[in-house]
Amino acid sequence: MRVPPKYTQMAAITLLGGATLLTLAVLVFIIAFVLEKGLPGVTWTFLSAEPQDMGRAGGIFPIIVGTLLLPLLALVIALPLGVGSAVYLCEYTRETRLTRVIRFGTDCLAGIPSIIFGLFGLVFFVGILHLGWSLLSGGLTLAIMILPTIIRTSEEALRAVPYAYREVSCSMGATRWETVRRVVLPNALPGIVTGVMLGLGRCISETAAVIFTAGTVAAMPTSAFDSVRTMAVHFYLLAREGISNEKAYGTAAVLILAVLLVNLAAYWMMHAFIRRRAR
Amino acid sequence: MIPTPTNPSDPPLPTAKMVVAKLDLFYGAFQALRQVTMPFAKNHITALIGPSGCGKSTLLRVLNRMNDLIPGVLVQGRVELDGLDIYAPATDVCELRTRVGMVFQRPNPFPLSVRDNVLFGLRVAGVHHRARLDETMERSLRAAWLWDNLKDRLHHPALELPLDQQQRLCVARLLAVSPEVILMDEPCSALDPIATAKIEELMLELKRDYSIVIVTHNMQQAARISDYTGYMLLGDMVEFGDTGRLFTNPADTRTQDYISGRYG
Repeated sequence: MRVPPKYTQMAAITLLGGATLLTLAVLVFIIAFVLEKGLPGVTWTFLSAEPQDMGRAGGIFPIIVGTLLLPLLALVIALPLGVGSAVYLCEYTRETRLTRVIRFGTDCLAGIPSIIFGLFGLVFFVGILHLGWSLLSGGLTLAIMILPTIIRTSEEALRAVPYAYREVSCSMGATRWETVRRVVLPNALPGIVTGVMLGLGRCISETAAVIFTAGTVAAMPTSAFDSVRTMAVHFYLLAREGISNEKAYGTAAVLILAVLLVNLAAYWMMHAFIRRRAR
Repeated sequence: MIPTPTNPSDPPLPTAKMVVAKLDLFYGAFQALRQVTMPFAKNHITALIGPSGCGKSTLLRVLNRMNDLIPGVLVQGRVELDGLDIYAPATDVCELRTRVGMVFQRPNPFPLSVRDNVLFGLRVAGVHHRARLDETMERSLRAAWLWDNLKDRLHHPALELPLDQQQRLCVARLLAVSPEVILMDEPCSALDPIATAKIEELMLELKRDYSIVIVTHNMQQAARISDYTGYMLLGDMVEFGDTGRLFTNPADTRTQDYISGRYG
């Protein structure tokens, strides 16, 4: 017997809506839980002071700096390489067996656990290249880690730009590079930014690979060869070693707010760019 | 080498701006054009008509080498612009395309402002002189009959304009780079009759300064606006000649069948 459409419709709405609500609820619960436990400890001193007694007391200022510098360095390295590769794959080559192999390889790389990249960074950058546990080793490792994500999302974004735009640009006498620079990249920007934000998010939340390559020194770095500690690592160490739950949750709260801020800033910048262009 | 019309009763041809001679074009193993020979008269409108898949758009894209973008295309024969072979190895394809510009089937302005659309070609060419950009923009928009409509909305997004204005904006964008030949690939097929009439009127105005080649599905349109017409079928140029004569007294029975609506 056929179920009347009225009921299937209701069931669909209930199930799909329920799934969405449940997902949202879990997310909101986690964030609220962390903020509720952490925010009381977030004071000006906490944000601006050096940690003392392994983090039991004091603040997290050098750790905030480390959290900003390390992903930033990774991004500075990975962004030109990743977008460059994507542009090459998408605009300068034809679809061949080789490009399919490259794409498959990139997809595989994107799925490798970060600890493997950490191990590679430890052996290669820290060891063979003698860069030590440092901002530089960590930045390079994280860059390699997020490179596949940036390449693949950028490539998808480039492919989504209508072929007609390239055709017109070309028919106006633009070279391939002019077309890429003036037509393809600006129109692919939203997609590229999404990929970059995903990569940045992975960098900020990374612990294992960072501990292996950037070390855990919770002091203000003075050069690229100094070890740094990020908030995610700090939280991990505080919580795992049972040093201070209060400081751990404080760090987590700051981390969540920082990620939120970074995302907001990125999207605001992107929309400002789009508005300026469309005018 | 100047080919003559297929029909001796046609009046003599004016100066040819472009000439195609014994042109074969292959997409891989498929031959899309077969020994096509025809002139494109200077400051006149030449129409290419024929049923879908007859090769008329392909022939159009031979004239500014847009077919180069498609992998596996092979062109044999001679294509001349002002007597020079545009398929010669020394040809600067980008320069060729600024001389032989194109208007596409669907209006395709960039998602930019009206101003930035019109100035695209100049910016690509490296012109940044403000006064010159402004002067070109006004001249191009005037020539495409858009200036009075749009002069107060130069910073509006082009994609928010009505379709016929978008198509005329595409014409303005092309005129800004001062082409000599304008190729139009069914420029009215996305437009309603009133908008079509405006574009046709514009074309008649533009032929004073430009040589125009139009591909069209619409035989009435070809009859209304063109001076010369080529009728193509399955990659062959069946008949080429004076539009008035071709539509009233075709020399080939296949042309007769097509223009009388027996097929196509």
